[in-house]
Order: sequence, then structure tokens, then C-alpha cells
Amino acid sequence: MDHVTIYIILAGALGLFMAWGIGANDVANAMATSIGAKALTIKQAVIIAAIFEFSGAFLAGGQVTSTIRKGIIDSSSVAQTPELLIFGMLASLIAAGIWLLIASRAGWPVSTTHTIVGAIVGFAIVGIGIDSVNWGKVGSIVMSWVVSPFISGTLAFLLFRSVQKLILNTDNPLAMAKKYVPMYIFATGFMIASITLFKGLKHVGLEFTTVQNYGIAVAVGLVIMGCGTYYISRLKFDPSDDKDFHFANVEKIFSVLMVVTACAIAFAHGSNDVANAVGPMAAVISIANEGVVTQNSVMPAWILLVGGIGIVLGLAMYGKKVIATVGNKITELTPSRGFACQLAAATTVVVASGTGLPISTTHTLVGAVLGVGLARGIGALNLGVVGTIFMSWIITLPAGALLAIFFFYFFKGIFT
Amino acid sequence: MASNYFSKIFGHSPFMAMQDHMEIVDQCVHLLTPFFKAVLKQDHATARDICKEIGKLENKADTLKKKLRLQMPKGLFMPVARRDLLELLLVQDKAANQAKDISGLIVGRKMIFPEKVAELLPEYVRRCEDACKQAKIVINELDELVETGFAGKEIKIVTSIIQELDSIEKDTDRMQIKIRAALMKIEKNLPPVDVMFYYKIIEGVGEVADIAQRIGSRVELLLAK
Repeated sequence: MDHVTIYIILAGALGLFMAWGIGANDVANAMATSIGAKALTIKQAVIIAAIFEFSGAFLAGGQVTSTIRKGIIDSSSVAQTPELLIFGMLASLIAAGIWLLIASRAGWPVSTTHTIVGAIVGFAIVGIGIDSVNWGKVGSIVMSWVVSPFISGTLAFLLFRSVQKLILNTDNPLAMAKKYVPMYIFATGFMIASITLFKGLKHVGLEFTTVQNYGIAVAVGLVIMGCGTYYISRLKFDPSDDKDFHFANVEKIFSVLMVVTACAIAFAHGSNDVANAVGPMAAVISIANEGVVTQNSVMPAWILLVGGIGIVLGLAMYGKKVIATVGNKITELTPSRGFACQLAAATTVVVASGTGLPISTTHTLVGAVLGVGLARGIGALNLGVVGTIFMSWIITLPAGALLAIFFFYFFKGIFT
Repeated sequence: MASNYFSKIFGHSPFMAMQDHMEIVDQCVHLLTPFFKAVLKQDHATARDICKEIGKLENKADTLKKKLRLQMPKGLFMPVARRDLLELLLVQDKAANQAKDISGLIVGRKMIFPEKVAELLPEYVRRCEDACKQAKIVINELDELVETGFAGKEIKIVTSIIQELDSIEKDTDRMQIKIRAALMKIEKNLPPVDVMFYYKIIEGVGEVADIAQRIGSRVELLLAK
């Protein structure tokens, strides 16, 4: 077997494994909010996650993948020695996989995104040279890690405030919920559809003008809104439910909305996080195939497909259990809050995906939860977790980097 | 699991537990009516049994209070200040303590009330219990307050419940004055030590309503921006 075949097989296997891990572990946070709010059963959550993670990965995962693949390392620096990039990317995949395995076992807070970026930057500095790193791009990625929780927190705060103003704090919350919840549903559908369309669906053979884009997005929003309104109209409201807690029936309406936002967050997660697995894999495959490092080679769509399949496999095999575990711990989140968190996080992540920034879905969700908390919406929040997030930045980046450096020299030793 | 730290961000909401605690306190206070009934009938055995029952409930409330305190660590971020909530909890707990003290004192001294006082007592005790029940209604609105984010119409609802509580407490004040006047008229003919304790019990029962009112004003504090 020649080296090229080995590289491709290795990259495919490792990429699939990473995607599997993302499906098994990472998806849980995005979906668990719905389980905790009792808006979905675990089975429904897994099905929704499978469908929308996959479509997110396939339809909108290209931008971030290309950042991971060729945005972090300046390709001109490895033009003479393309194998170095292959070794590095393989090393990054293994490093991230191993690190995630160790950290998961030990219960440390880690982020797949941060690990993979840390790994790539790490091997590039040591293996190729400090100038080979595209520091401008890395800077903007790191900035986005800081900014994304703030943005989603602000969005969640505003969303929840609007819910308070329009629905909860009115004389007849139930009637207002019936009136306004369909509009939130429309907004969710429109947002996801328009961002996905504007980023372009060229790789699946679709291309539209701006007007068409808006038209389709509005249509998608309206269709989803229609379905939502239908379900809300079929809900049975029992006044006796409101005896102990006056908002029990209002929350029922919000749980319809939360089904929609659960789809959105799954889509967003797929669009951003699949890149962590397929980005390095795509880099290896394109270099191995062409023998040179080119900045503008087009990534084949099937690579995203592999990522999507990997996520769904992980979800089906292992994710169900994790979703149940995490979901059962999030009982303080009612649908009227959960939707605000999911929608805010999904919007932030999808926009980041559109601009090609790899961010952490979990950190974004934490930001959103804190935003709702600031609007006095959640019974009790444990701010200690914010500290753990900082810890994950401090631990994960060097850990990913060191492991990647180790495996980089390992591969270099074997293959040259 | 790599993902568990997300779920850790959600602490145990103390509001439901506050309601559970108040429910027990209210049960405890509401044993005062059967207790006084037994005492006035001079049925000391039944009185002692009910007194024990009150003690048990007070204990239960105490245990819950301690558990709740542990649930509210310093780093917890809540829609209301942690200190205000802990103080509210303390006041709630006092109502149960008060019921225990009153019943304990009466049983311990095997007190027998003079007729003029005895005929006014049941109504007075019941009104003080009403105050406690009204305080429970206030506390039961806590989860609605959390749902609405401590804003809007729910505040008006809670404020009106608290106003009702205040007026019940005023009633009990009036009744207390009446009973004391009745006692004063006959106190010269009674053993002085007994009289001292009659006053003490009358005040003690009124204190239950006072505590209930304090629960209301603590909740008002939570509503303040």
C-alpha cells in the first residue's frame, strides 16, 4: 500500500471517529435543554438531533470546515513539504480524540473546538514554524470564543424580556402566548433558513439570488409557523393544571416552540462542530490526492457527508444515554426559558458558522442561560461553571497542542 | 462525560423548597386550634398528644430549613438576593417555633384558663392561624414570581394578597387588646404567677400573626427592584 492510501484511510477513520465522539457527547448539551424542560421525549430528541445535526453538517458545515482545513495554517509555508501538513492534521485528529477521551473520563470541562484548534496551532508552531500560523485568523477565532457567549447571552436576555413583556406579564398570558408564540416560531425558521441560504448551497448544487433567498426563507418560516399554530390549536388546556402553578398551560404552548428551537440548535451545532472532525480530514485527503497544498481547492461534498454520518452514528449508539443523563439534571429550565436559550445560542452559532468561525456550542449555551438568569428568569444558577469554562480554555489549548506535537513527530518518524 | 459541566450550571432552585417549608409550618400552626380546644376542655392527655405532634412538625420544618440553607451556596446566582431569601426562610421557621413554644408552655404548666378569657381564645387563635394561612398563600406565589421574572401583573397579585394579610394581622391586634382587657378585669382575683403566664400566652398567640405579617413584608422586599 502506498502512503497516499494510508493517509486517506487514516484520515477517514480518525475523522469518522471524531465525528462519532461529537455525536456521542457534544450533542447532548444542545438537546438536553429540551429534555430538561420536558418539551421532548428522549427518543424524539435523538430523532430530531439526527435529522438536523446531519442537515446542519451537510448544508451549512462548509465554512467552518474550510477554516479548520486551511484558514489556521498559511499554506504557502508548507508548499514545499505538503507531507508536514498531512502529519500535522492526522496528529491533530488523534490528539483531539485522545484528549477528549481522557477528559471525558475524568469529567474535565473540555471543548472539541478548542482542542482541535489548539492541536493545529500547536503542531504548526513546533513542526513548521511560528510564522506558518495565520495569527490574524487565530486571533479572530479566539476573540469569537470570548464574544460568542456574550452575544448569545445578550440575545437570550432580550428574547426572554420580550416574552415577559408580550406574554407572561399580561392579563391573559394564555391568549397572548397563543398569539405570539407562532411569531417566535416564524423567527426561528426564518433565521435558520436565511443564514443557511445566504452562505450558499453551492456544494449541493443550489444557487439563488438575494430576493429568492429572502422569499424562500420567509416561506420556510411560514410553513413551520403553520405547523406550530396547528399543534398549538390541538393542545388541550386544562384549567385545573393551573391551580398550583398558574402558568402550566402557558408553558405547554412554549414547549411547541421549544421543539422548533431544538431543531434549530441541532442544525446550528451540526453546522459548526462537524468541522472539528472533517476539517483536518478534508485537509489530509485533498493534499494526499493532489500532492500539493492549494488554497482554493474545492472540498468534495461527500466529506461533509461522512461527518454528518459520524455524528448520527455516535448519537444513535451512545448519545441517547448522555442526553438522558444531562437532561435529567436540567430540570430548572422551563420551556419559556429553554426556547430563549436555544434560539439565542442557535442564532449565534449559525452566524458564526456562516462566517467560518469555529466556536463552542456549549459555551454559547451557557452564555444564553446566564442571559436569561440576568433577566431574573431562572431559579438558581451556579456561577462556578463560568470558572470551569475559563479552566477549559487554559487546560484544553495546551493539552491539545502538546499531544498534537507528540503525534506529529510520531507520524513524521514512521512515514519519512 | 465531556458535557456534564453544562448541566452543572443549573443549581437547585430554592423556591419550591421554600414553599414546601411553608406548607409544613402552616400545618404546624394549624394544630393550635385543636390544641386549644383540648386545653379549654381540660383534656390534658389530648393536649399533650397534639403538642407532641406540633413538636414533630417543627422538627421537620427545621430539617428542611437546614437542607435549604445548604442548597444555597454563595456562588449561586438567583433572581432575588440570597440573603433576603435566607431571612425569609428564618421568619417562616419562627412561626413553627412559636407554635411549639406556646403549646409546650401550656402543657408544661397544665394551664387552665379562666372562663372570661377562655371564651375569647378560640376565635383569636383561629384568626392568628388565618394570618399564617394567608402568609402561605403569599409564599405559594413564589414560583409564579419566578416564572414572570419578578415583574408585571404578578407583582400586583402578590401585593394584594399581602394587603389582605396585613388586615388579618390588624384584626388579631384588636382581638388581643380585647382579651387583655378581659383578663385585666379579673386578674386581681387570680394567682399572680398564673396571670403572668396568661398574658404571655395571649401575646405568644398574637406573635404568630406578627410573624405571618413579617413573612409578607419579607416577600415585599423581594419584589422591590
